[in-house]
Amino acid sequence: MEERMSTSASCLEGHAALVAEAEALWKDYSLTSVREWKKESGGIAIGYMPVYVPRELLWAQNALPVGILGGGDDLEIIRGDAYYQSYICHIPRSTIELGLNGSLDCLDGVLFPATCDVIRNLSGMWKMQFPDKLVRYLDVPQDFDPAMGGAFYRHELQEITESLPGIGGRSYDEDALRTAIQVYNESRQAVADLYDLRRREPWKIPTHELYVLLRAGMVLPPEEHTTMLRAYETAVSDDESRRPMDQARVLITGSFCEQPPLGLIKTLERAGCYIVDDDFVQVHRWIVGDIPVDGDPLGNLVTAYLENSIESPIRYIDDGVKGQGLVERVEHYGAEGVLFCAPSFCDPALLDQPMAVKAVEDAGIPWTAFKYSENSGQFQVIREQAGTFADSIKLWSGE
Amino acid sequence: MANDARTNVSKDLSQERQKRMIAEHFSKLARAPDEGRACAYTFVPGNLTELLNSFDVLPVLPEINALQSGMRGKSRDYIGLAEKLGHSEDVCTYVKCDLGMLKSGNIGPTGERLPDPNLLLLSYTGCFTFLKWFEILGQEYDCPVVMLHVPYQGDGKITNSMRKYVVDQLRNKVIPQLEEISGQPYDEDRLKEMLARSAQAEDDLVYVLESAKNKPSPIDAYFGGVYYIGPIFTAFRGTQDAVEYYRELRAEVEERVKLGKGPITPEGEMEEEKYRVVVEGPPNWTSFRQFWKMFSDEGAVVVASSYTKVGGVYDDGFRHDPSRPLESLADYCMGCYTNLNLPSRVDMLVRYVEDYQADGFLINSVKSCNSFSAGQLMILREVENRTGRPGGFVESDLVDPRYFSASNIKNRLESYFQMIDQKRERGRKSGQGD
Ligand code: SF4
Ligand code: SF4
Repeated sequence: MEERMSTSASCLEGHAALVAEAEALWKDYSLTSVREWKKESGGIAIGYMPVYVPRELLWAQNALPVGILGGGDDLEIIRGDAYYQSYICHIPRSTIELGLNGSLDCLDGVLFPATCDVIRNLSGMWKMQFPDKLVRYLDVPQDFDPAMGGAFYRHELQEITESLPGIGGRSYDEDALRTAIQVYNESRQAVADLYDLRRREPWKIPTHELYVLLRAGMVLPPEEHTTMLRAYETAVSDDESRRPMDQARVLITGSFCEQPPLGLIKTLERAGCYIVDDDFVQVHRWIVGDIPVDGDPLGNLVTAYLENSIESPIRYIDDGVKGQGLVERVEHYGAEGVLFCAPSFCDPALLDQPMAVKAVEDAGIPWTAFKYSENSGQFQVIREQAGTFADSIKLWSGE
Repeated sequence: MANDARTNVSKDLSQERQKRMIAEHFSKLARAPDEGRACAYTFVPGNLTELLNSFDVLPVLPEINALQSGMRGKSRDYIGLAEKLGHSEDVCTYVKCDLGMLKSGNIGPTGERLPDPNLLLLSYTGCFTFLKWFEILGQEYDCPVVMLHVPYQGDGKITNSMRKYVVDQLRNKVIPQLEEISGQPYDEDRLKEMLARSAQAEDDLVYVLESAKNKPSPIDAYFGGVYYIGPIFTAFRGTQDAVEYYRELRAEVEERVKLGKGPITPEGEMEEEKYRVVVEGPPNWTSFRQFWKMFSDEGAVVVASSYTKVGGVYDDGFRHDPSRPLESLADYCMGCYTNLNLPSRVDMLVRYVEDYQADGFLINSVKSCNSFSAGQLMILREVENRTGRPGGFVESDLVDPRYFSASNIKNRLESYFQMIDQKRERGRKSGQGD
């Protein structure tokens, strides 16, 4: 697998080729690269739905974590619509479609984290539809006391580790988990560095490119993905042809599960926005910073979840102040405005939004809001809205 | 639980008692601030009524207020107000109805103002929206919020780890918070007495629900059922009033069985039971009576429903157990219907269709509720396949009248009942051929 990557990497010329490769990996819904990896490595592949699962745990047992983020705007929904009413978001119907059309056959199991009731219920549907596969609902704690939520979560993780050998994964091994944590620390750092570079020089990293690279991480083994990200970072840093433009710096929030179509991201950029922070493909950034490698590795995963997760609509706020994390991100990333950009019918995002809007308004930050579906094809209205928003920000900051 | 749609009939003792209980509860709530009595807002699924009552803390159930607003024709304006304040048209209308009510003075169903909460007891059971709902209310009130995370039965069972997690939270978070707001220490003996009364009432409730196995069924287990579950799902589980209510109700139902009577409907007693159906999903509240009439006019009786299990599943044998008070509260929470995974829900519905000898199975899919609705189309197919009986599907909403299309639903129901007729006819013919 290393060989495949290095061979292809040596053929790559600059960021355009990297982005093209990443896009090809993402758009290959039949998961050819995952099938090849399985054949070469003898490992298993475990899918996971948004937003967060501890991928380290899987990787440590020779299970390739494969992110399932729906079928976007590429997939024709033939049977998926017969599974969902019109008032339910789009991602579960494209996910079912991918399951039914055989695209996900190479997955030995799927994890459904406790993101919302739709994903929760999809776990049961998957159990009924694919009775021969490993299907697990991963209940993440909403109590953050190590002795209560922590103990419960640890048990959940242990159950996952115990379920993998039965389907071809390796047995749980502490050292292997330490190594996997290190591998994902490097992956997180590579992602964080790109976000940081985009923060400083957003003209160097258009979000429609960054996004595609993040998507490649849904199917690539983590080391290969990190290599890809680093190569891209070098390539764009060296590209002097990318010069600043007069764009408004915006932060996007609400798109943590069902993903916006790439066309929407491009539309926002063309409408005059530099996206300087977002919550796309958020599994890469759910844990902030490194997870310690020393000591009890399972305990370290638990602590990281309890203490170092980002603020999210799907995570109970507990003692925190609602929206504060968002406002801090706006400041850190130097955003001049916020785009609330949620999928239609997304309960967590839309129920959260009024509270987040209040926090943003209280902090005097301009904002606007719109909804999308992963298969939206028309962006004219959003383009006008975002264009007006960007113009007003520029006008305002120019005053 | 609901305003009474059974207007044309003389009231039974149990009905009178329930009315009185509700009126007294709301009047206690109205007096609570003056009397210095604490109240906690909480949810129906996974409610901890006995525990609250053991501290003399009064429960307020925003879902019930929302459905009452729906029945009283207030929900349209409340929802409109919440949407004007920035809440999305896409999300659960219970939340918006509650917020609209709050912003309009928080006047409860009896016309009295509801007290502000001393505690928001976020029993996070079977529904993601609960979490957001109380985060939103947390911004409106200056009071503590306590989160009780109730794990989901993803694998269709309750493990020791799940139980321990809930009990630990009860012991270390919920109880100390109740001690704080009530000024009373935790009294486990008192709690045990209440749990023993809960179990008594639960026995009688199960008798009532299972009476629908008779032909004709003496009750409607959906439209009528929402009244029967009222006391036990809300502020009264564990009280003597609830024990008596269920004893009376049981006696009344026993009497109906003895006399071979059908259920009481909005138009009086049902003369002939033509169709027996199992229903999945909550009812619509804004046109509750009209919706019920669409069934009763056709001679259709709902013999079992999943909605009457949202605040607790008892017909599988579970009872609150005074010998293990906190553990049994934990098991209760984890056992509520929407906390069951989809295969378990299918199993339950299949069992209902078979045990209650239903002619078919019908889903009322409500727009508001992903917890119920996501996956219902698959449930429909599974239940149909496994029972061989026809499934039907209608769509509405809980309290948003914009999503109740009477003509559409009526048409669908009529064709559904015709489908049952045809199936019977075919069955009869093939039976003759044998
Ligand atoms: S888009 Fe929102 S509602 Fe839909 S599955 Fe994802 S989190 Fe749940
Ligand atoms: S989503 Fe469903 S269960 Fe949750 S509050 Fe709304 S109606 Fe109740």
